[in-house]
Amino acid sequence: MGEVIVITSGKGGVGKTTTTANLGTGLALENKQVVLIDTDIGLRNLDVVMGLENRIVYDLVDVVEGHCRVKQALIKDRRYEGLYLLPAAQTRDKNAVNPKQMVKLCQELREEFDFILIDCPAGIEQGFRNAISGADRAIVVTTPDVSAVRDADRIIGLLESSELKNPKIIINRVKPDMVRRGDMMTIDDIIDILAVDLLGVVPDDEKIVISTNRGEPAVTDSKSLAGQVYRNIAKRILGENIPILDVQSEEGFLHKLKRLFGIKNAM
Amino acid sequence: MLAGLLNLVSRKSRSSKDTAKERLKLVLIHDRANVSPQFLEMIKGEIIKVIQHYMDIDEDALDIQITRTKNDEGNGIVPALVANIPIKKVKNSGK
Ligand SMILES: Nc1ncnc2c1ncn2[C@@H]1O[C@H](COP(=O)(O)OP(=O)(O)OP(=O)(O)O)[C@@H](O)[C@H]1O
Ligand SMILES: [Mg+2]
Repeated sequence: MGEVIVITSGKGGVGKTTTTANLGTGLALENKQVVLIDTDIGLRNLDVVMGLENRIVYDLVDVVEGHCRVKQALIKDRRYEGLYLLPAAQTRDKNAVNPKQMVKLCQELREEFDFILIDCPAGIEQGFRNAISGADRAIVVTTPDVSAVRDADRIIGLLESSELKNPKIIINRVKPDMVRRGDMMTIDDIIDILAVDLLGVVPDDEKIVISTNRGEPAVTDSKSLAGQVYRNIAKRILGENIPILDVQSEEGFLHKLKRLFGIKNAM
Repeated sequence: MLAGLLNLVSRKSRSSKDTAKERLKLVLIHDRANVSPQFLEMIKGEIIKVIQHYMDIDEDALDIQITRTKNDEGNGIVPALVANIPIKKVKNSGK
């Protein structure tokens, strides 16, 4: 029986889709059967981030409305064994799907896959409720700024009250230089405020933009720092105990990362 | 000119991330429990009144906030009212 994980945030643009693409690909690289579901109906993006936009025939709404079988709508990623995408509909809106239908869909996919990752839209309305309805656990993505952390807090409260206990947090786009200058909240500051477990810390990395341009998740790039971090998070999701790096070290986060992974000129 | 100078001084003495953290903490009190800062002030006043029967406390340093904490089973998070009340002296009248 597979596990359904929703990737959510509250605030838009903090990196949910990037996280879904990279963790999904990372889990597939660990020989897991993975399906990614884009629930951002009307504003789909997971397809382009994954580089699969030209292969869409059916979408999520077609599946829940019974126009096709689930199998027909799944796009197989030919580059990575065991990785599939169920794209969102682009010409409909969030109300085209309801939570009950999502629960049923997740139930069906659970039989076949090890992991079902759900890319949640921004906001706390219908799209959010759809995305979380079938999930077993939740990952909340935030950036280290006041508004993203505030919205993450709100989302954590909503997840807790809808039976998704103990959400884990990924702090994205950390800029070690700014942290060292005292102009960006530290990981400890954010964890202190949100009072949830930390799943990973992703540095702000140009390689993310470059890999998104190409439609190849950074997790497959052995020279990308963010990619290395995503590989670690995927392993953590599988239960491996891999320490999270300290941003506040004297030596500097990037240097430490580079040394640890043997990367010379990563950024 | 003077304002600019003052600004410079205060920015030096306090990093922007500390300001961010402090502001977040305050705004989240309201977001989390749907209680107003005035409501918390009321609770604070009552707590001070009761405790002063038994001990001298440092009223200025008293800190009260609504935060989150793990529940007893460790599988969920519940809101918690946390008060940090520095004690100056315990009165003997209780004995
Ligand atoms: N670690 C990172 N370093 C650099 N750029 C990043 C990083 N993470 C995300 N980005 C960039 O930030 C932008 C927003 O990312 P993404 O689309 O994943 O966010 P989102 O939360 O899914 O947004 P939305 O709420 O609109 O769905 C993208 O351009 C992405 O390339
Ligand atoms: Mg997105």
